[in-house]
Amino acid sequence: MKVRDLSDLAFRNLREAVLRNSLTTLGVAVGVASLVAMLSLGVGLQQLATSRLAKSGLFDSIFVTPKTNLRGPGGGPPGTRTPAPKARPLDADARAEIYRMPNVIEVYPQIRFFTEVRYDGKPFATMVAGLPESSKASGAFDGMQGSFFSSPKADEAILQAEFAKELNPQTTSLIGKDLVLRYAERQSLPAQPGDPADNSGGFSVVPKEKHLRIIGVVETEPASGFGGFASGRLLIPLPLAENLRAAQVNDLRDILRDSSTDKPTYSSLTVRVKSPSLVETTEDQLKALGFSAFSLLDASKSLRIFFSVFDLLLGIFGSLALAVATLGIINTLVMAILERRREIGVLKALGAADGDVKQLFFVEAGVMGLFGGMLGTLLGWLIGRSLTLGTNLYLHRQNLPGVDISSVPWWLVLGGIGFAVLVSLAAGLYPASRAARLDPVQALRYE
Amino acid sequence: MTELPPAIRLESVSRHYLMGEAVIRAVHDVSLSVPSGEFLALLGSSGSGKSTLLNLIAGLDRPSSGSVIAHGQDLSKMSSLELARYRRQTVGMVFQSFNLLPRMTLEENVELPLRLAEVDRSERAARVGEALRRVGLEKRTGHRPSELSGGEQQRTAIARALVNRPKILLADEPTGNLDSATGESILTLLREIQRNPGMTIIMVTHERTLAERFADRLAVMGDGQLLPNGAPR
Ligand SMILES: Nc1ncnc2c1ncn2[C@@H]1O[C@H](COP(=O)(O)OP(=O)(O)OP(=O)(O)O)[C@@H](O)[C@H]1O
Ligand SMILES: [Mg+2]
Repeated sequence: MKVRDLSDLAFRNLREAVLRNSLTTLGVAVGVASLVAMLSLGVGLQQLATSRLAKSGLFDSIFVTPKTNLRGPGGGPPGTRTPAPKARPLDADARAEIYRMPNVIEVYPQIRFFTEVRYDGKPFATMVAGLPESSKASGAFDGMQGSFFSSPKADEAILQAEFAKELNPQTTSLIGKDLVLRYAERQSLPAQPGDPADNSGGFSVVPKEKHLRIIGVVETEPASGFGGFASGRLLIPLPLAENLRAAQVNDLRDILRDSSTDKPTYSSLTVRVKSPSLVETTEDQLKALGFSAFSLLDASKSLRIFFSVFDLLLGIFGSLALAVATLGIINTLVMAILERRREIGVLKALGAADGDVKQLFFVEAGVMGLFGGMLGTLLGWLIGRSLTLGTNLYLHRQNLPGVDISSVPWWLVLGGIGFAVLVSLAAGLYPASRAARLDPVQALRYE
Repeated sequence: MTELPPAIRLESVSRHYLMGEAVIRAVHDVSLSVPSGEFLALLGSSGSGKSTLLNLIAGLDRPSSGSVIAHGQDLSKMSSLELARYRRQTVGMVFQSFNLLPRMTLEENVELPLRLAEVDRSERAARVGEALRRVGLEKRTGHRPSELSGGEQQRTAIARALVNRPKILLADEPTGNLDSATGESILTLLREIQRNPGMTIIMVTHERTLAERFADRLAVMGDGQLLPNGAPR
């Protein structure tokens, strides 16, 4: 039989027992819907997690520190101590060199210092942190009041909400106002007259002030790769912070290490590469340069493993529902054979081959699968949407920004429908071959 | 006598059923030759094996032994696919209980064999119209079988059997469910069809008088075998 006649007959047969067939189709739809909903949840959560983590810079960042002598000064017995090769300092030269490495898009130090701020004539003590330009895209500033820094060197500040409330409970009124940052600038001391060889005998700390305009208030504490500004309550552009050359928390260590140059050294640098896949090679290169380097790549690997197991479990639960639907199809078609014995007999008497009868039942199963699949995918998408809606409603009540926890990509739509058709065809296998084997003489015996 | 090969030749055809230990000889050692263009009536008491024999000729069933040869082809040597093609192209069947599909209109019922034979859509309407005109139902094409009288339903079934232009028409008690006047009109129709377009007809019936009036020859069965008293008219 030609395809058109075959589908024609199949549709006609499906319409004849419309209630039973639509109930069966609905069964398939529910099975597919649960499968699609489960998987959309899996995909959505995975996308959410990976995009959040990718934005946060956790997985494309490498944390670089100078190699430290584990034993430290005076660690071992004096007799066995050999002068260890001096660890390479993490200074401006090193920073420039790292920046020139392939695939590196950003190298920044962590600048944090504790200082005093004057606002409205009152002093406040707080932690100031420098924000790299890239943190704008990290997602942490998505729901902020006001705006991000207008330029990487602007005299502007973003306040963390808790701190902003200390300044003024009405945080929105702070935006556009000025505050004064009081900080201590370190200045190298001129060489002592009696000690001409050593021109870096130390530095003095000079109190300074900087006027900053408040341009934004950020609600959540912006988390960053390696705590770059995690504990900062007053955030300023990183280049500005570097320019301030403020007396940093690690200065004391610099003194102990009796650095021979005037150049600032960094206790650590954060290196960002183009994509997480480049982290490993770059990490090795950094180690080859003589630094300590580590990343959270392993964490991302286990995250991927977690989600594939998660998807598998969700898929299994969804498939259980579809398995029940499969039994429904088998049952419906077997019942149809009993009911349509005579019709099958007539078709065979009129010259239908076993294959024609088989195909007819097969197409009927396939059509139920196709419609069930389409309806089910739609239903699954709706379930995913309403889960997202419900979650966002809850998050909104908690004053948290909304998220998309379910996602139905094209492959899931086509996969859902295709899977339903395949499963239905498999379910039609037994009834179809049984119908094809029906003995026409028995079926046509006059009753 | 012409030397034309017979339309159907049965050579010691048997169809046995096994019921536990017992063997039921529904058809046993039947040899029969039906010349092309003959109208043969198959008579016999209930259970004598008439339907079984007809189904063997129709290619719906296979003999336990012996061979059924239709227009030179041995059905017992055919694959099931070839048998299906034989049923589509060479034979048309009419049943006592009409066996029309109730949800289809007359037109669709008659079209069914054309679908199975993969006849072009463009050709189908004309063929269906021609067949329905042949049985005098051209005005009822859109009706469902249930909206027709028994005689009209049987005419539809005959149109359906004719639509693929078979060489052999097999009818199993076509008048069994009809009153005698309607039955007679159906037999008149079969007789006309035998002459134009020209066909071999084998009809199973209980009614000897009708068979004697319309058929060219009678064959009588008893206990699965042909009785010798069937003779040409
Ligand atoms: N599948 C079967 N299994 C066992 N016996 C069968 C089977 N089919 C038919 N028979 C037997 O074969 C014999 C012939 O049956 P058949 O239907 O050919 O008779 P018939 O001459 O057509 O009778 P009727 O005039 O009542 O239609 C009967 O005795 C019947 O019981
Ligand atoms: Mg019978």
